[in-house]
Amino acid sequence: MAVDKKYDTPMLDELEKGEWPSFVKEIKAAAEWNAMSNDLLGLLEQSYSEKMGHWKHGGIVGVMGYGGGIIGRYTDLPEKYPNISHFHTLRINMPSGWFYTSEALRTLCDIWDAHGSGLTNMHGSTGDIIFLGTRTEELEPVFNKLTAAGFDLGGSGSDVRTPSCCCGKARCEWACYDTMALTHFITNKFQDELHRPAFPYKMKFKMSGCPNDCVASVARSDISIIGTWRDEIQVDMQKVREYAKNGTDIVKEIVMMCPGKCIEWDGKDLNIDNSSCLHCMHCINVMPKALAPGKDRGAVVLVGSKAPIVEGALLSSVMIPFMKIEEPFDEMEFWKLIENMWDLWCEEGKNRERIGEFIQRVGMGNFLDSVGLEPIAEMVAHPRENPYVFYEEYFEEGEEVEK
Amino acid sequence: MLQRKTDIGPPHYSKFLPPIIKENYGKWKYHEIPRPGVLMHVADNGAKLYSVRAGSPRLLSTFKIRKYAELADKYCDGYLRFTSRHNVEFLLTKEENINPLIADLNALGHPVGGTGNSITSIVHTQGWIHCHSAATDASGIVKAVMDDNIEYFKTMVLPGKLRIALACCLNMCGAVHCSDIAILGIHRRPPKINKVNLPKMCEIPNVVASCPTAAIRPVVYDGKPSVEILEDKCMFCANCFTVCPALPLADPLNDGVSIWIGGKVSNARHEPMFSKLAIPFIPNNPPRWPEVTGAIRKIVELWAKNAHKHERMGEWIERIGWPKFFRMSGIEFQKEHIDDFKYAGLTYKRSAHLTY
Repeated sequence: MAVDKKYDTPMLDELEKGEWPSFVKEIKAAAEWNAMSNDLLGLLEQSYSEKMGHWKHGGIVGVMGYGGGIIGRYTDLPEKYPNISHFHTLRINMPSGWFYTSEALRTLCDIWDAHGSGLTNMHGSTGDIIFLGTRTEELEPVFNKLTAAGFDLGGSGSDVRTPSCCCGKARCEWACYDTMALTHFITNKFQDELHRPAFPYKMKFKMSGCPNDCVASVARSDISIIGTWRDEIQVDMQKVREYAKNGTDIVKEIVMMCPGKCIEWDGKDLNIDNSSCLHCMHCINVMPKALAPGKDRGAVVLVGSKAPIVEGALLSSVMIPFMKIEEPFDEMEFWKLIENMWDLWCEEGKNRERIGEFIQRVGMGNFLDSVGLEPIAEMVAHPRENPYVFYEEYFEEGEEVEK
Repeated sequence: MLQRKTDIGPPHYSKFLPPIIKENYGKWKYHEIPRPGVLMHVADNGAKLYSVRAGSPRLLSTFKIRKYAELADKYCDGYLRFTSRHNVEFLLTKEENINPLIADLNALGHPVGGTGNSITSIVHTQGWIHCHSAATDASGIVKAVMDDNIEYFKTMVLPGKLRIALACCLNMCGAVHCSDIAILGIHRRPPKINKVNLPKMCEIPNVVASCPTAAIRPVVYDGKPSVEILEDKCMFCANCFTVCPALPLADPLNDGVSIWIGGKVSNARHEPMFSKLAIPFIPNNPPRWPEVTGAIRKIVELWAKNAHKHERMGEWIERIGWPKFFRMSGIEFQKEHIDDFKYAGLTYKRSAHLTY
């Protein structure tokens, strides 16, 4: 692609200075040979001087057979910046844990250099590889090359979005289940739901291997699967003493900061009352050589988190306090719950109503009834504080009342 | 549609794992951070994996990705990964390759760091580069803030982890609502109603239902269906614009950012927390947003000086109380700080537990 026009970009040039890697340098590197990136520079400079964006609202584009994965985008200044009159984004499903080989990255670069702006995001917030900026007529050719190379599109719209996970067992001693394997499994199990939006609104899965939640699943996914354990924290007492000797103030840094107040340190031994342990990870985080999660591992499943629009931001809340996650994944009872939840939400959910908002609207108790879960105390921070209870059971006159 | 491949999903991750990870998958014993930006994971059998983490602008040209690939070939048999905060990580087995790799990364303009008690990369969004609803830019502010806090990326001298996130509008894509410091693009004027296009482009019931404060009502205008917006009920969230292109509300004079603090997602010590409003409005001031970087630097330094070891921003403020935070930071407490949406009463102070 020939580049025939350079723009003066005095404001953006300022952002080439400083020590943090500059996105302006990235755009300029692509603009050297790519007319789309060159026009993007011009448009962005104009946005900086006017303090507003120049992209038009939406635009529905895609590839045949799919209803999601591509975000259509058009500038509102197509005469001035003709090369970005179309500037669509492709979301490409990343491998679990964002591991790559140099060869795979080069393959992706070759495809994108041939058909797009030469700009990417590594990665989008949900986890996808973002190919940033191409024309509608390039979408099918890019898609064909991607699938030939073994890559598929990710999600967008009212569908299952691309599931993502922390690096889990690949590189972390705290992983309580195989996040990468489960993520790959879920992504494949729900390919249809991912590629062909059929829900009231979006639906995200995120898998974290332990309560440190390194993919922020509790805040950024409708279904948050967070690794944990049920038995005792594994303690290497000799190593604990080494930490103490090497300057870790165990009383101040661990005992006093334990939210369950279940740890004691007498200068020689660390005693943990595991029945009061909240599995917060703090003591393990501070002394990774000495402490480790227990051996009876699984995950807690939380549901419903979302950003503010419309009814306010939500964090996911506990639905299943502990679930074993072991191969074969397809035999897990969990899928029945997912199916029940989706059946209910698809039937009763309003247009653009996230499942967290849906649960708030119908009431958690009713939701549990409908999806076949028993109410348990682990699901609430505390019981209700108001007396506005919908009692569904009552006695009829003359009925035998149990004493 | 002939010979079309669909529904193949992502490539299996096992194709991309270095041999040391395949051999020790699920068998890691512990890890150390020998120096900022370098992790050492030790397996049960003693095998050692080194990860070198470098900052990245997230928006990458294919030119830069190819450079990463070259470095991966040169030092780590072609294996690398990206983190959930958009850093790039090179996966090495040869300790002697760490320093040359770091030198090459620095020469490429990519600082090494972001581990332990540091400020790592800012989770951010598209801004004026690609989004139609942005009230501010993303990449520009992120660059300005990280330039200003670069020493905290390259060292581990802070009391705890400090996560910064940016979203260019109230949709809050990313992690803004649960970060230690969050930068959020906001509007301050109601949408302009394009009466000509609205009936053609928008489904009016959707528009009405999109408003959190019920400020939108259907009306008939010139014999055509339209909407009216009760301006005193509109708080400029732009969700109606999301569902209806005929309701634009970008306004260079009044768009800007707000600063939120005290959120976290991990369960360590304290349960996850939402970020809370610290500064209601700062005007957009490209290219370097000095008022934003200045405010963030002040908050970071105040926390760094006063928090206990391991204490995140939200935990620190919870311990000292918000009034004390406002006194210490010099940030003026205003009407806008007080919640007035739905369950606002739960956020009022309902006790005599006060500091003076």
